[in-house]
Amino acid sequence: MKNDVARDTHAVPTISMIGTRAMLFEAPGDFTMAHQRRIWALMDAAQARPDVCELIPGVTNLMLIFAVPPDSPQAVADWLRHAWDTLPERHIEGRLFEIGVRYGGELGGDLAAVAAHAGLPPEEVIAIHHGSEYTVCAIGSAPGFGYLHGLDPRIATPRKTVPSLNMPAGTVTIGGMQAGISALTGPNGWNSIGYTEITLFDPCRQPPALFAIGDRIRFYPESIAL
Amino acid sequence: MITILETSALNTVQDLGRPGYRNLGVGTSGVMDALALRVGNILLGNPVDDACIELQTYPFVLRFDAPASLAVTGIDAAIEIDGRTILPWMVETVAAGQVLRVGPPKTGARGYICIAGGIEVPVVLGSRSTQLRGGFGGLDGRPLEAGDTLQTTGATLDVSGYGALPPAAVLDTVACGDDAKVIHLRAMPATDYELFTPESRQRLWDTPWRITPQSNRVGYRLSGAPLELHHRVELRSYGVIAGIVQVPPAGEPIVQLADANTVGGYPRIATVIEADLWRLAQARIGTRIRFHECSFAEGVAAMRPVDAYLDDLRMMVDRYRTSARCRAGIRSGDRA
Repeated sequence: MKNDVARDTHAVPTISMIGTRAMLFEAPGDFTMAHQRRIWALMDAAQARPDVCELIPGVTNLMLIFAVPPDSPQAVADWLRHAWDTLPERHIEGRLFEIGVRYGGELGGDLAAVAAHAGLPPEEVIAIHHGSEYTVCAIGSAPGFGYLHGLDPRIATPRKTVPSLNMPAGTVTIGGMQAGISALTGPNGWNSIGYTEITLFDPCRQPPALFAIGDRIRFYPESIAL
Repeated sequence: MITILETSALNTVQDLGRPGYRNLGVGTSGVMDALALRVGNILLGNPVDDACIELQTYPFVLRFDAPASLAVTGIDAAIEIDGRTILPWMVETVAAGQVLRVGPPKTGARGYICIAGGIEVPVVLGSRSTQLRGGFGGLDGRPLEAGDTLQTTGATLDVSGYGALPPAAVLDTVACGDDAKVIHLRAMPATDYELFTPESRQRLWDTPWRITPQSNRVGYRLSGAPLELHHRVELRSYGVIAGIVQVPPAGEPIVQLADANTVGGYPRIATVIEADLWRLAQARIGTRIRFHECSFAEGVAAMRPVDAYLDDLRMMVDRYRTSARCRAGIRSGDRA
């Protein structure tokens, strides 16, 4: 296996070493739930490998971390390709979370910008946002932060060029085609459209993260401040 | 117990890190220079992952409220116990009430105060490391402050006054005679290497990158002529590990380190190999670094001298302690 293969994003997975103890598998094609379910299937299969000590599922990709460098990265890559080609999608019957959101106001300060970008009135942005059901496709970036799939493309909004410096944990956000709820208070480049009081991560809780991969999320308006 | 008398920002309790929770968004944390902690723990006969105090700002002063054996590793600095100079990388034993002062390093950047029996803070998600972003682990999930106390076992070693040769004196660097102040790091091309223009790829290896002040435990931001992609790419969020070199749109690379986010989205041009991460941890802001292309096989082979250095040290410490005990007529297992 080489790291310098020209990428062909349309047909075959891209597999590369990240240093000597990590391998990244990237699925070809679009960010669809079907692809993400195949990543989950791959994650399950990779979990069973004795040489894998940690897995980081991403958005249509999977990083394998090995306890020691693999004897043959090529053999692992072949195994991954074969597993990707043959494994069925893994459907996770996740739990359903219904989350009340205080839309707009100071803590949803980017609602106007999202509405302007979408060319829609803010009320409609809010209705579209809580009209969809979302799926947690990966957890990462910050402890407990879930990348949510299911955002209506009409309200997809690029990340801000100047991030907010101190966005509170619990802010309901849109970042490109992804939706989320910020897990930690701090700098954040996603657009804030509302706020919810929810603790996404508690190291003393078991499991520490509130969301798990495959969980479904529905938002409902608790209040709207335009 | 120890009491912190003087500290400035960014000094924390760390161990070898918190693996196993990256799938929940929890980065590993842990010491930046794992080799220095391993040496300290070997010298003191500790389990490999006992916790220490990682110093990034100086001076740092603490008082031992109980007897202790200790070693300061990672840096060369003016280190004193009650005003008496001691050497880094050496085991010393102190009595209750004695004060340790670690001044700014002459070489290196991050010092490690290792104590026999380790620093006793609660284990959170399998580690004593401070997770600054998440606000847990270490001492209440935060940097140390003057007046803080940390639990130690109070046990001392029956033999002290021995030490280790610092890794920098033993482990070869990449052979490059140009400038002794430049730090040389081996790196493997990563996923998006070929997405950069040929000139930019060459520039990655040729540029003496400067470590900017926007560098910390999360990562080092480097300064130099920007690297350019053939064309812009939008990547989906993927897993990040320490050593990965990402290139944000402005073109100046970032090396992700111990407190990195678990996932990222910038193009990945290279990864600094594990065997050289300690050199980066000891590189100060303003220092220049050069990357040297290396293959997977070379990256794997580069760990062998590191492992051999630690194995030798473990054996030598064991032998020295056994013979010193025999000469002193101390029975095995006795404590001074």
